[in-house]
Amino acid sequence: MQSAALPTAESDARFIQLVRLADDHLILGHRLSEWCGHAPMLEEDLAMPNIALDLLGQARALYSHAGIIENKDRDEDALAYRRLEREYTNLLMCERPNGDFAHTMLRQLFFSVFMKHYWLSGESSSDPVVAALASKAQKESDYHVRHCAQWVIRLGDGTDESAARLAKALQALTPYLHELFESDSVTQTNGDVGFLPEPSTMQTRWRADIDTIFDLAKLCLPSVENLLTQGKSGGRQGLHSESMGFLLAELQFLQRTYPNMQW
Amino acid sequence: MSTSSVTPLWEVFIRPRNGLAHRHCGSLHAADAQMALQAARDVYTRRGEGQSIWVVPSSNIVASDPSASAAFFDPADDKIYRHPTFYDIPDDVGHM
Amino acid sequence: MYSQGLNESNLASAETPEFLAEFQARIDADEKIEPNDPMPQAYRQTLIRQIGQHAHSEIVGMLPEANWLTRAPTLRRKTALLAKVQDEGGHGLYLYSAAETLGISREQMTEELLAGKAKYSSIFNYPTLSWADMGAIGWLVDGAAIMNQVPLCRCSYGPYARAMVRICKEESFHQRQGYELMISLCNGTTAQKDMAQDSLNRWWWPSLMMFGPSDSDSLHSDQSRLWKIKRFTNDELRQKFVDATVKQAQHLGLEIPDPQLAWNENKNDGAGGYDFGEIDWDEFWRVVKGHGPLNRERIAARTKAWEEGAWVREAALAYAEKQKSANTDPNNLAQKVS
Repeated sequence: MQSAALPTAESDARFIQLVRLADDHLILGHRLSEWCGHAPMLEEDLAMPNIALDLLGQARALYSHAGIIENKDRDEDALAYRRLEREYTNLLMCERPNGDFAHTMLRQLFFSVFMKHYWLSGESSSDPVVAALASKAQKESDYHVRHCAQWVIRLGDGTDESAARLAKALQALTPYLHELFESDSVTQTNGDVGFLPEPSTMQTRWRADIDTIFDLAKLCLPSVENLLTQGKSGGRQGLHSESMGFLLAELQFLQRTYPNMQW
Repeated sequence: MSTSSVTPLWEVFIRPRNGLAHRHCGSLHAADAQMALQAARDVYTRRGEGQSIWVVPSSNIVASDPSASAAFFDPADDKIYRHPTFYDIPDDVGHM
Repeated sequence: MYSQGLNESNLASAETPEFLAEFQARIDADEKIEPNDPMPQAYRQTLIRQIGQHAHSEIVGMLPEANWLTRAPTLRRKTALLAKVQDEGGHGLYLYSAAETLGISREQMTEELLAGKAKYSSIFNYPTLSWADMGAIGWLVDGAAIMNQVPLCRCSYGPYARAMVRICKEESFHQRQGYELMISLCNGTTAQKDMAQDSLNRWWWPSLMMFGPSDSDSLHSDQSRLWKIKRFTNDELRQKFVDATVKQAQHLGLEIPDPQLAWNENKNDGAGGYDFGEIDWDEFWRVVKGHGPLNRERIAARTKAWEEGAWVREAALAYAEKQKSANTDPNNLAQKVS
């Protein structure tokens, strides 16, 4: 395994960032799956699980690769299910309860636009496994953007009620945007060696896409400066919202109640 | 419920792979064409069934009347001279 | 499926004895009936009722399994379960579409469901209490559904038959994923095996009830069979299910909760089959009539989704309306055919 040849700090950084990404995808996919059977229309009962399945698939690939790099015999489920809350390092945005359809779609749009550009850059990763994963995930994110943008535009330019709900969702989600672009020593190390791009470098492209969509949705995003400097933080350090404990209580229920069993 | 809140019905046609014709595979509800296309993708191509999708508002389908089917279709039944087997060609001429 | 192209005059075919005989002759000749064809009003109503019930069963049937989506124990199981519940939504959608060709809208059918006027398979009124229930549902409930559905692929009504072909193709993974899940539990610890047995105990009888009332009490069977909407009787299908399932339970090392279950070599015209105990028909009718463990909760969940989704559907329609009146962009036309 290639991790053996890497200096510890570098392999640690790789592991940490892969788990961050995996956690984002697992937690958001988990949230999205809560809609299944309860969507506003039957067509959307098919569409949202499609996105959730893509996210969960990406999470699995990311955990598996992280486990290999870590080299401590932890597989996808050990990482996904058997860690303490403080060890989950997803974006706080992902763990937010779903709220209404406007909140769910707007959050997904914010995340997917980011991931689309992130995976596009990730296609040239120095790690061939990551490059392959990015190339597959990039196409999936592209579709997620199309689907969510379609809805955000229709909610924004639909009825007074839908526009008001979307505006409310924007207000609720704005403080969480900053965390998407956060950088620290982990992202810097990985950026420097070409393992994965620095999240902060996605800002301009993300902003341009969101502006185009918001234009059609008749929505307005706060200025770039505010997004960068203000907002909630802590997810990457495992400092979560109060809702995370309940999410994990469900996610980990069987693994915790019946430890060390095959399912 | 008022009729205005009924989401229109669409017919979905899928081309399984390039080289084949689009084929009717079902219908769905969507408010507009773009949503119908995406819904068709999410509903009808989950197992890699398609390379291309057409959606058509169901109300735009003009169908022949089954009660006229005798008049429409039966007259073609006895025009056997339109089929190659109607003509006798000696075997030794070979395939034609 | 062309419902909006229905020729109104055909809806009220004059049902002379000649017309009915002609229709029956088409059925007897194994001709398929298609949406615009003249058909007896009772045939149309029977289909609307049956396809509607079938669609509702798929939709309500998403709920008991969705209950465990957030608690699935591994990522593999989680994705499989999500894909399965999603499929059920798809199957509901195909079936609503098939019913819509008969001149009823999905919205109408949904309202009938929510108002308690339309029935759905009563098995979905039972609660899912453990992870093993995900296995038992896939194995037993989908297994029973397949017994019912395979013959429907040859149903006389074209759109229903076509929907069923698609559904059966997709469902083939459902029962396997359920049974595989049961295998994992039965090969696991005592706690897991107990979970599996408890689940079988709770789902066995409701699964047998899925085939409907006994032939002697069934309201619709005879006419439906004459019209080739239905190809086997409830009791025939139930027997087939028991015969197929007992072996599968033995393989798992689980015990079917029926002391009267016994091999009878004279059954099935001498091919052999299982005798089994009497179904608790009081319970069956109680659940059918709305007094099962979760009838109210299931309908409440569907009502909530429908009502809370109204503003979303309205927004999409309002946007479409605005676009229609403003749509002068020739680029939009170019996108339409590609």
